[in-house]
Parts: sequence; C-alpha cells; structure tokens
Amino acid sequence: MTSLTWPGAALDRGRLLRLLQEYGVYAALVVLFAIAVGLDGSFVEMSNIRVQLFQVAPTLLVALGMALVIGTEGIDLSVGATIALAASVVPLYAGYGLFAALAMALVLGAATGAVGGAMVAFARVQPIVATLSLMIGVRGLAEIVNGNSAKPITESGLLDLGSRSIGGVPEMAWIAGVCALLTGLLVRRTTFGRQLVAIGDNRQASRLSGLPVRRVLITVYVLSGVLAALAGVLIVGHGAEADPANQGLNMELDAITAVVVGGTPLSGGRVRVLGTVAGALFMQLITAVLTQHNVHTSYTQIVEAAIICFAVYASQERGTR
Amino acid sequence: MVQQEPGPGSDAILEVAGVDKSFAGVHALREVDFHLRPAEVHALIGENGAGKSTLIKVMTGVHRPDAGTVRLAGREREFRNPLEAQAAGISTIYQEVNLVPLMSVARNLFLGREPRRFGLVDTRRMNREAAEVLGRFGVRVDVTRPLRTLGLGAQQMVALARAVQVEARVVIMDEPTSSLEPKEVETLFSVIRGLKEQGIAVVYVSHRLDELYAVCDRVTVMRDGRVVHTGEIAGLERLKLVSLMLGREMSAVRDKGSTAFDSDSHELRDGQPALRAVDLTVRHRLHGVSVDVHPGEVVGLGGLLGAGRSETAKAIIGALATEQGSVEVEGRAMHRRSPASSIRAGVVMLPEDRKAEGVIPNLSVRENISLAALPRLSRAGLVSQAKQDEIVTFFMKRLRIKASGPDQKVGDLSGGNQQKVLLARWLCLNPKVLLLDEPTRGIDVGAKAEVQGLVDELARDGLGVLLISSDLEELIEGSDRVVILKDGRVVGHLAGDDVTEDGLLDALATAPESPDLAAAPEPPDPATTPESPDPAERPQPAEPAAQAAPAASTGPQPANPADPAGPAPGEPREHPAKESQS
Repeated sequence: MTSLTWPGAALDRGRLLRLLQEYGVYAALVVLFAIAVGLDGSFVEMSNIRVQLFQVAPTLLVALGMALVIGTEGIDLSVGATIALAASVVPLYAGYGLFAALAMALVLGAATGAVGGAMVAFARVQPIVATLSLMIGVRGLAEIVNGNSAKPITESGLLDLGSRSIGGVPEMAWIAGVCALLTGLLVRRTTFGRQLVAIGDNRQASRLSGLPVRRVLITVYVLSGVLAALAGVLIVGHGAEADPANQGLNMELDAITAVVVGGTPLSGGRVRVLGTVAGALFMQLITAVLTQHNVHTSYTQIVEAAIICFAVYASQERGTR
Repeated sequence: MVQQEPGPGSDAILEVAGVDKSFAGVHALREVDFHLRPAEVHALIGENGAGKSTLIKVMTGVHRPDAGTVRLAGREREFRNPLEAQAAGISTIYQEVNLVPLMSVARNLFLGREPRRFGLVDTRRMNREAAEVLGRFGVRVDVTRPLRTLGLGAQQMVALARAVQVEARVVIMDEPTSSLEPKEVETLFSVIRGLKEQGIAVVYVSHRLDELYAVCDRVTVMRDGRVVHTGEIAGLERLKLVSLMLGREMSAVRDKGSTAFDSDSHELRDGQPALRAVDLTVRHRLHGVSVDVHPGEVVGLGGLLGAGRSETAKAIIGALATEQGSVEVEGRAMHRRSPASSIRAGVVMLPEDRKAEGVIPNLSVRENISLAALPRLSRAGLVSQAKQDEIVTFFMKRLRIKASGPDQKVGDLSGGNQQKVLLARWLCLNPKVLLLDEPTRGIDVGAKAEVQGLVDELARDGLGVLLISSDLEELIEGSDRVVILKDGRVVGHLAGDDVTEDGLLDALATAPESPDLAAAPEPPDPATTPESPDPAERPQPAEPAAQAAPAASTGPQPANPADPAGPAPGEPREHPAKESQS
C-alpha cells in the first residue's frame, strides 16, 4: 500500500519544491514587504524606498556579474577588491571629469577580470583560488594607489551620480536596473549567453560541440570585473569619498548571497537574472527591517545565515529531482 | 567465522563460488565461480561491463557479494574492506597508480612499514633497500625523487614492487600494461614469472590477447556478469577466445540481420576522400592510424576494447592531442585541429559517452539542437528565434524526437531521444563527415533501428560516415568497409564480401602484435576449402589448428545480400587479416 501512495506524495513534494525554487524568492519578497509595511507604515514612504534603492544598487550590479560567473560553475571573490581598486583611481582622475574617472575605473575592472578569467580558462586554476588571490592582491594594490587615508571627492558629476534621482528613483538604481535588463537580454537572447549557460552545464560537451569555452570564460570574468568597477564608482560618488581600505568589503559575499537567494544554482548551467534582482532586494529589505526595528546586528547576521542555508537547500533539491 | 571443510576446490588458493552482486537492480555478477590455483597466472578477460572489475572488487573487499562465498586458502572469508584483503595476502595493482605522488619513491615503496631506528624512520636504510628492490624490477632511478617525477611506467613498477613486497599470496593486476612501454612490459613479464616461481598466484586482467598467451596459464572469460569459460590457455584458439568474449559464434549464419541498415552497399563517389587521416599517433594509445572516408561511404572501425577506436575519432577532430599525423578534409589539410575548427571544416563527432560529452542536460531540446549552430543563427551576437525554431522544428520532425515540446529539458528524455537530439545538433550544420562513436549504445530497440536507418540514409545523401560500434552486427551490416584496429594500430581491412562477422572475428583474433610481423603478407592458404572459408580452419603459425571451429562446415554467409551467392565456389579468398599494414 505504501508503495502505491508514496510516488504521489513524492510528486506533490517535488512540485512544491519546484514552485518554491521558481517563484519562492518573489513570494518571499512580497511577503517581507507586506510585513515591513504592516509593522511600520512609514516604510512605503518614498524617502525610505529611495534609501533602500541607494543601498541595493551597487550590490545588485556586483551580483549581476556574479550570477554570470556562477552560471559557468565559477565564482568571483575578487569583486570587493575590484570595487576598492576602482575607488582608488577615482580621486586620481576625478580632475578630468566624471567620464575620465569612470573610464579608468572600468578599464581596471576589466583588467582584473581578464587576469582572473585567464587563470581560470588557460591555467585551469580553480575559480575560487584564482579570484581569492586577486581578492587579496588587488585590495593591496588599491591601498597602495590611494595611500592610507580616505580621500574626499568634490567632482560634481560623480557626486550627482551618487545622489541625484530621476522621477524619484536614484540614478544609481536606474543604472543598476538598466544593467539588469541588459544582463537578462545577454543571457536569454545572445549567442554568448546561451554558450555561457551550456558551458556551465556541461563543459566537456560544450568543448566537443565547438564552443569557444576559453573566450566565454574570460569574457564572463571581465564582465564581472567591469560591473564591480561600476559599482565602485557609484559607491564613491554616493559616499563622496574614496576609501579603498573599507569600500567593497564583504561585497563578494553579499553578491553571492543575492545570487543564491535568487535561485541560481552554484553548480552552474543556469542564470536567473530577475531572481538575482529579487534576491538582492530581499536581502536589502530584511536587513533594513531588522535594523529599523532595533534588532542587534548580530541577530541580523544570524537571520541572514538562516536564509542563505534555506536558499541553498532549496536549490540543491532540484538536482536530486 | 565458520571453518569450512576443504571442498572440491581446495587446491585453489583463492576460490569464488556462486557469487551474485547487483547494483540498484542491475545484475553485475551472476553465480560467478572463479578458482585461482597457487603459482598460476590466471587471465581474466571480457568486454566492457562483463563484470571483471566487479569480480575483482568482490575478491579484494571493495564490494561484498549479495550471495556466494570467497575462500582464501580453503577458509571462507568476508573482507569488509580492501585493507583486510590486503592483510590476508591479496594485493591489487590498479590501472591508475594509487600511491602518494608527492612522496619520494622510497617512501612510497615502504609506506606504512618503513624500516626504523631508535623509533625514527631509517631513511638511509630505506633508500638503500628501495634502490635494491627496484633494481630487480629494472627500475633504476634516484629513489629520493618524488614519485610523480617518474614516468607512468616506472610508477607502475613501483606500485608492483610495493604490492609484491607486502607478503602477498595473490596478486591481482588490472590492466597493468596499459601505460607501459614494450620494454617495460617485458620486465613486467619476467617479474610475473618470478612471482610464479615463488608460488604466488596472479590474476591478470588485460584485453591484449598477445600478452595473455605470453604470460598466462589459464583463462576465465566473462560476459554479461557470467563466467562463460574457464580453461587452459594453451590450445585455446584466439578466435575461440574472441568469440567467447563477444558472445558470437563463428558461423552464426544469417541471411538477413536484425539491424535496420539497408543491405545495399552505398554507391561510392569517385576520387577525393571526404576525410583522410594519416598516421595519427597519440602516446600509448595510437600508433600511426590512417583512415580514409569517402563521401557516401560508411567506414566501420572494428576492434576490441582498448584498441583505440574512440581515440582515433577524438584524434581526428582534435579533441585528443596527437604527437604526429595529419587530417585532410576534402583535400584541404587541417592545421591546429580543435573540435571547433573541425566543426567548421565539416567534421563532427557523436561522442561515445552521451551523458558526459554530449548532452547539456539542463538545457532544452531547442537549445541542445541549436548549440553548435548558434553563431550561424545569430546576427551581431543576437540569436534569431525564428531561424532557431525553424531548424528545431524541422529536425524534431525529421528525426522523430519524442519530447513534450522543444522546451523540454534534454536530461529528462530517454537515451534514444537524447541521441537523436545530438544527431540533430550536428545535422543542422550540414556536415561532410560524421564520426559516430557507439551511436546506439544504451538506447532502446526502436530508436536503435531509427538511428541505424538514418545513418544509412545520410550516407546515401553523400555524407561520409565513420562508424564505431561494439555491436558486431551493427558494425558489419552498417559498414561498407571496416578498418580493424588493435592496440592502437591498423591491423586489417575488410572490404566488399569480406565484410562479415567471421572475417572481423578472424582478423581480431589473428592480427599480429608487432608491425614487423604484419609486414610479410602470406599467400592465400591453399588448405582452405572453398566451401568453408572459415578462417578458424586456417593454420596459424602460432597456434595449433587442431581445435575444430564450431559448425565450421556451414560456412559463414556474408551479411550482404547484394551478392546473394556469397563468394563463388572455387574462388579462394584473400585473407583479410593479411592485408594488414603497419
């Protein structure tokens, strides 16, 4: 008898899990938002929303690049250091205007990504090791470039970028939104995006199918570096100072959290861009809600840890069918 | 533990009786009996999946049998792990060296039983003894070097020396020669003979027949998890051995086979081959393999496990780096081969391992089909959905891919449908040459017939096909010509009426080992009667021809009814294997 009833039960459980994996993060986001508003009606006020968006924009940018890297079964721990490197060169070029500083930062971000990507694609260093070495080395480099102390930024273009809003929404958030849209398009519609996902799912088969595996891998890390550098410039503009010793700290972990909570499996072969956006928003909201209700940071961290564990558990279940 | 009365097999040092073992419902071993006598070298052979490895693992305590017993020196034993088996005197040398690569050679040799002085390892004595021991195995190296700096062959020798140092009563060698040079093989053989003199029994797993005849006393043949033969190896014909392994009787007469291949041979188009591979050489795997494939022709690659068939296909497309050799596609030389450049040139390969090297399991049918064609389906890097859907719909219909739709995940499809998806991936590129490595392995009968029919159709449309198949029937009926490989060398060709199972079996069994033996072609043997061109009756210089081939009088029928009469009576046939070249 049990053998007859069990498959049905398993199917229901399986379907439930699949639904949870597909839409869980969106549902959680809505529920969390409702709770936040229920607890404190002022949460929906535009000023608060804007603060949240300012904070989530850089994380989201970094998470988008991270989602691409994770889609190839890799990981990029160097993004926090890349933010610091971008921050360190902004004061040097800010005198030439916003675009010079931005261009320089992005080039350096791309270069960092290229080094990591080359280590992964050509030297076959494991991604975690390759980018860990960059994470350490590049932050050191950033501190050398900048010197010991944080430097104030006065360039108006940069400051505007970090503080102005268009239609009530911060420019930073617009930029992150557009990047998310482009990343989604990249993954879904382009040759590169499809190749990226295929390589993450089965690298050997992709190689035998003639896919440019190395080129795709390097490009993915370059994109991740560029997005991190962009995030770094925004952080500098928003904070009105360049502080490579502190900016971007732990950002790689926040980005990975957003990607994982958004339902992208760490085993590669799938990139969920919208899920990553929701994951970043969710983590931002939960931190904000807990902080605003005077929950101590230590407890906030424990709650975040529990969410990550649950998200990873849910995404793993998919693999076992 | 129950002390058993010494049974009838008490002369055996190691005795396996009635052993069953299944994994997740799949029977790997069925009622297997295996007797190993002291001081004998016992060959254990069989094709992939025959159960050799499982049997070894039962004997060495890696697996525990579901039923049956393992006795060592007359006592029933239940080894819970390989260490217990080793302590009892069963040493195993695996194909891959399992030592510590970063430790010194001497350390590896004495790992776990280092000579000590005052409680510390006596390094000097250890090094001296290690050099002595290895010297006996023909390995003269600085024993203080890390093991990994040694060649693979030398590493294998260290593993062997270590296995023998431990007081072993039984030594199991799992394809010990796969990475050895010919000279090292000779050393290994003399070591084995030395073991024999000491009364140690050796289980020797290999698929190189020449080695078996050179060093083994008895042989056990396994197929589909059963022991199908045990006996003295002297006097056992190679042909018999091969047909036992493959489960094919010499003269299985068949008017029309059960495969879906159209039996007409394909019309050969003239002139230039679509693919010409010359002198492909890969260290330890291929030694100067040359193959031509003409447009509209199906060329079979025959050979036993480990003959280098898959390696040949991989070397052609550049998935396996070659030391020498060249590939021409329609007369144009391919420089710096890679899978990508081969695909651009029109040469594509359906890999043997569908799961690991073929499908992208979590992507949809649509994406798997269009994977290799993506650059052609896009403009400025953007994939054209319309073009993609057009191709996908066409091939899903043409190959009758059964899926809930183009969006279904390929990982959820059956093996046969996965294989069709992979075929579609290549066919939408309009290739010139198709390399098929075991295209019907592990797929159901219906899909198998469809794939076979499709291969036929493609060849008729002018595609050149290189077909690798362990299914002899498929190979013979599907191919217009067969190139026979053995130990990474081309040892024979079958063409026209010679493309028969018997011809292939014969060539596999009798192909000489070294190229210089093959160099001298013999004249057609007058002793062969025209009615029975059964090659088994042909006297072989190395073997007694006394053993009668089963049902030899019927004679084999060529599987090719295009020539219904078969070879005309009175017309002596050139022996296929004698066309060997090096």
